[in-house]
Amino acid sequence: MTSSTTTSITITSCAKTFADGTRALEPLDLSIQAGETLVLLGPSGCGKTTLLRIIAGLEAPDRGGRVLFGEEDVTHLPIERRNVGMVFQSYALFPNMTVWDNVAYGLKVRRMDKAAMKQRVEEMLAMMHIDALADRRIDQLSGGQRQRVALARAIAARPRVLLLDEPLTALDAGLRDRLRGEIDALLRSLGITAVYVTHDQAEAMVLGDRIVVMSAGRIAQIGTPRDIYHAPANAFVADFIGTTNRLRHKDATLVFRPEDADLVPPGEGMAQGIIQVVHFLGDRQRVHLHTDDGEAVIVEIGSRRRVAPGQRSGIAVRPEGMVHLSGNAEESAA
Amino acid sequence: MPSPYPRLFILLLPVMILFGAFFLIPMVQLALAGASGPQGLAAYASILTTPRHTQSMIATLLLAVSVTATALIVSTIAGLFLARHRFPGRSVLLALLTFPLAFPGVVVGFLIILLAGRQGVVGDVSRMLTGEKLVFAYSLAGLFVGYLYFSIPRVILTIMAAAEKLDGALLEAARSLGASTWQVTRDIILPALRPGLIASGAICFATAMGAFGTAFALATNIDVLPMTIYTEFTLNANVAGAASLSLVLGLVTWIALFIARSLSGATTAAAA
Repeated sequence: MTSSTTTSITITSCAKTFADGTRALEPLDLSIQAGETLVLLGPSGCGKTTLLRIIAGLEAPDRGGRVLFGEEDVTHLPIERRNVGMVFQSYALFPNMTVWDNVAYGLKVRRMDKAAMKQRVEEMLAMMHIDALADRRIDQLSGGQRQRVALARAIAARPRVLLLDEPLTALDAGLRDRLRGEIDALLRSLGITAVYVTHDQAEAMVLGDRIVVMSAGRIAQIGTPRDIYHAPANAFVADFIGTTNRLRHKDATLVFRPEDADLVPPGEGMAQGIIQVVHFLGDRQRVHLHTDDGEAVIVEIGSRRRVAPGQRSGIAVRPEGMVHLSGNAEESAA
Repeated sequence: MPSPYPRLFILLLPVMILFGAFFLIPMVQLALAGASGPQGLAAYASILTTPRHTQSMIATLLLAVSVTATALIVSTIAGLFLARHRFPGRSVLLALLTFPLAFPGVVVGFLIILLAGRQGVVGDVSRMLTGEKLVFAYSLAGLFVGYLYFSIPRVILTIMAAAEKLDGALLEAARSLGASTWQVTRDIILPALRPGLIASGAICFATAMGAFGTAFALATNIDVLPMTIYTEFTLNANVAGAASLSLVLGLVTWIALFIARSLSGATTAAAA
């Protein structure tokens, strides 16, 4: 029997240089607490997937890098001996097996006895609400059903760590929101250490206890979703997470979010502009303005106010809504 | 709206003429010839009633089955290795491996004689080592090596094509679940290669059943079915016997190809 004890992960000076000389990851340190959900967030090519694959044991870090699960040094253990569960963007379900056999595969490989295996598989299928699909072939499943099977398969053997590589990217928007909620509930109820890779900030915000924002093979910032959003470390993080406005005002650059600004009568506020476009989003409206100094600003207002392109308006920013970059505000996005 | 049938008929006419002239008419003639001898229709049973024909059939089947099995095993290992590894000289090696496809059967037979004939390399080496001169070119063993020689490249190419289409994430998923290299091969890779293995295995089998040139180049007394047909026809002037054996040989090979095609069709449909 495999134990289901969850584990902390410690990564020390892990870099990755590929055979062709490409540096995918600069040397980095990271520690993940037991039971925590850590999200690796960044644009494509930022190194987040490479970092996940190093944790998984699918890639070896460059010489000098070390990966620890709890106290155990797993740097030289291949993935099949790390006892991790992994969920892939492409689902990677075995096409020659039924749903039941896919979920049971990790248990079969571990030679679990038949009765215990049957009980465990049924438990997993029920937990993911796919018990009715047990005998289906993979090509008879929808995308959402496939991802549920992939999740059930990954957690069936009670891994120490659950690794998810953009698991929702291939799904359409509505389904993505629903499954995101389900994955969140699943991770909370399992209390398992999870590393979740995504380029979708909404996913990162909902799922992450902490978010690691990555850029060009480096960590740009680590923090709770609240920290990352309200106190971005630098311009890259500010621009990558949510929408940011920049406004020159009395020798300073003000940085703020659209929802922290408001439209006020002309002449009031800290800048004046002309409304260019109004996007009605149902619960709110997004208003794009050009200021008299030629800057583009986006302001979000309540959905019942009446504004129209061509109108002049003042722009006010709530004082507590100013974003203070902990780094240099003028630093360009890396 | 005009009926589409006249046009369809005109479009199919060329292939129907060819089919009739070069396939249907000779086949009917062959079938009639088989029954035209002194034994009549009983000639078709000669594969069972004439001991020499029965032996020839069994030897041919055994040869074809063993060539197919060996070619599949050797080529699967080599094909998987070549599909998954990049190394200097790989493309040259690939070009060399497909080289045997360029040779007709007679040339392959000649190569086997150079290798294991009375003046062959194998004979020279074995005499130096043991004092005994090893010669196996003029027997079923020689034929086995020859058929293997031109079967392997075909299978390797099929396996490589199938292996390169295999989703790498499937292998990683299996490993993440704790599967060893052997378990990944057994549970994931081989099932994915199954259609390719069946298709190329069927081609190997059919080729080994019917190939004539190599056998003819090696010796006229190798007792495989194509050679028996040749002897019956030219030396014994037994047209009826040759014709009936030809039909039986054709039928066995066709059945093998048919089974292989329906099997691999079913599995590709399942994998899609």
